[in-house]
Amino acid sequence: MRLSAKWTQLLILFLLIALLPLFFPSGYYFRVGALIFVNGLAVIGIVILTGYAGQISLGHAGFAGIGAYASALAPGHLGLHPLLAVVLGALVSAAVAWLVGRPILRLKGYYLAVASLGFGILVAMVLSNERALTGGPDGMPVPDPGLRDLLKDLGLKLTGGEFWYWCCGLCLLIGAWAALNLQASPTGRALRALHGSEVAARTVGIDVARLKLQAFTISAVYASVAGSLLAMQNRFITPDVAGFMHSIEMVTMAVLGGVGSVIGAIFGAVILTLLPQVLTVFADYEQMVLGAVMILVMIFLPEGLIPSLARKLRGRGE
Amino acid sequence: MKTLTTTALALIAALGVAGPGLAEIRLGASLSATGPASFLGDPEAKTLEMMVEARNAAGGIDGEPVELVLYDDGGDPNKALTFATRLVEDDEVVAIIGGSTTGTTMSILSVAEDNEIPFVSLAGAVSIIDPVRPFVFKTPHTDRMACEKIFTDMAARGIEKIGMISGTDGFGASMQAQCKDVVGQFGIEIVADETYGPKDADMTPQLTKIRGTEGVQAVLNPGFGQGPAIVTRNYHQLGIDLPFYQSHGVASDAFIELAGADAAEGLRLPGTALLIAGQLAEDDPQRAVVQAYKAEFEAAYGMEVSTFGGYAHDAFALVIDAISRAGGTDPAAIRDALEATSGLVGTTGTYSFSADDHLGLDLSAFRLLEIRDGGWVPVD
Repeated sequence: MRLSAKWTQLLILFLLIALLPLFFPSGYYFRVGALIFVNGLAVIGIVILTGYAGQISLGHAGFAGIGAYASALAPGHLGLHPLLAVVLGALVSAAVAWLVGRPILRLKGYYLAVASLGFGILVAMVLSNERALTGGPDGMPVPDPGLRDLLKDLGLKLTGGEFWYWCCGLCLLIGAWAALNLQASPTGRALRALHGSEVAARTVGIDVARLKLQAFTISAVYASVAGSLLAMQNRFITPDVAGFMHSIEMVTMAVLGGVGSVIGAIFGAVILTLLPQVLTVFADYEQMVLGAVMILVMIFLPEGLIPSLARKLRGRGE
Repeated sequence: MKTLTTTALALIAALGVAGPGLAEIRLGASLSATGPASFLGDPEAKTLEMMVEARNAAGGIDGEPVELVLYDDGGDPNKALTFATRLVEDDEVVAIIGGSTTGTTMSILSVAEDNEIPFVSLAGAVSIIDPVRPFVFKTPHTDRMACEKIFTDMAARGIEKIGMISGTDGFGASMQAQCKDVVGQFGIEIVADETYGPKDADMTPQLTKIRGTEGVQAVLNPGFGQGPAIVTRNYHQLGIDLPFYQSHGVASDAFIELAGADAAEGLRLPGTALLIAGQLAEDDPQRAVVQAYKAEFEAAYGMEVSTFGGYAHDAFALVIDAISRAGGTDPAAIRDALEATSGLVGTTGTYSFSADDHLGLDLSAFRLLEIRDGGWVPVD
């Protein structure tokens, strides 16, 4: 029996997440792994929006901010369990994305990029200025979800780093599974049709505006959950999480790895999360090397690393 | 085979990768040497590098060399947390210095506490050491103390009603809140409370509003970066002749240059001994330390010392002192020695820690300075 492409990708991802810890020399690698998974999750959202539907958002960190601050605020102010706070953050993000996207996505072109840019900056400003609630630019602590203690009671003792590695890894797998399912569904095919040509998609009866709005809303949920996970594992959050640079980082990761492919985008997250850690040796040249890597990929592998390399390999095989 | 071993050893030495077998004291630091907080992190990183080199040239600690593992978190709390984890888990440092900003400090703090590694922060907020956490110390004054110092002076001048104009950046916002919290204790009332964004280019409207408020006798401007310089220039342009106070966030010569000596004339702020190194009295306990640091730093880098570099200077001195008293590199022993620090003279003040005080400075460490003819003059 041959595995479908979807299950092959998921299996590879699962094996990588499950087996890599065998080679980790210290707890620090679990932390880096968890960060990669969180970034990967957010970037899958970008794949759905940009890779499938062909829309660009420059404010996705705003949704990460909503998710992060939901995790920080809801348990204390609303008495919600931290896990329900994640759900609340996701719901709020989806609602906001729907409200922001609904008027804009009826238009063709790059209006979403500009509107989302404004939206992201707005969220960051609110988080910095609402000092009484959010602690302002100095940030605020985030309550622990208590899952680690639960596992401890069940006899499974994990360090904080290990726990978040497995937790974020699991979330990434679920996120990737959902995105790959979407790709293979009629909605996914309709999204790709509209990516190819909005006019053509409309003539075959696809509700373009509604589909784009759906993609935007789903991707906002991904960013929001990623933001919540980051906040809970850091146990402290500042408005930086909603900052413009974070939005740009997400898009860059997706484009670098291959915005049309879930695995590619995760790979982009791997590279851009790992590089700054590897490059601490050349701290002064870090930005330069990052820039050079990106320019080279754009010139020589315009579809992103994974899709371009996959095509090259396939071409050689034939 | 022997050549191979030698080559391998040379390679290891060249890469700067020292095995744990080598008797060496590893200190970790995560500072914001680049990014928006680089005006804090850059002098701090330079100071640490300079002091480690000087220390090793003088034989290290009890003959053992000190190695500094320094990371640049760019002011991003998320990166700072990753680097702190790396310092503890991978580099196996015995103590951490750093956290240039309150945000990065709060991230590093949880790692230090979890792994029981002593951590000396270089950030201002009270929340870092209140409540006291066993492994967390800090060297700069709190913004609350700056408020108290300023209000003490205001009260002495008979000022009862003031206007405040604060930056909305982390520093300004935090100090604004602390000042509002303690102002009542000094019999002073804040009758006007304005803010500006850290990148605003003109604060004339806010100042005009403060000037127009009934009964204002003085104005206080908590903030750092270019904002306070613009406020100072606008203040001068509007011809407001009320006493004007700045915060310790702008206690540097660069501020006078930016604001212009004319505009800055007569304003007061709480600063450290570093700003008046040349004017310290012969019997001033800080004189020797401050002058030595200033001379070394300026010789090494050809740039002015800053208060912020001084925080790193003091943190390093505290950690080194604690390690030599602990008689080893066990982090718990270093923590105990740190907490027992008594009367250590730094550039910021004289530190004496205790089980319920991990800042170890009092108001006397702050000096109230006035700008006269483009220079600093102590007023108390």
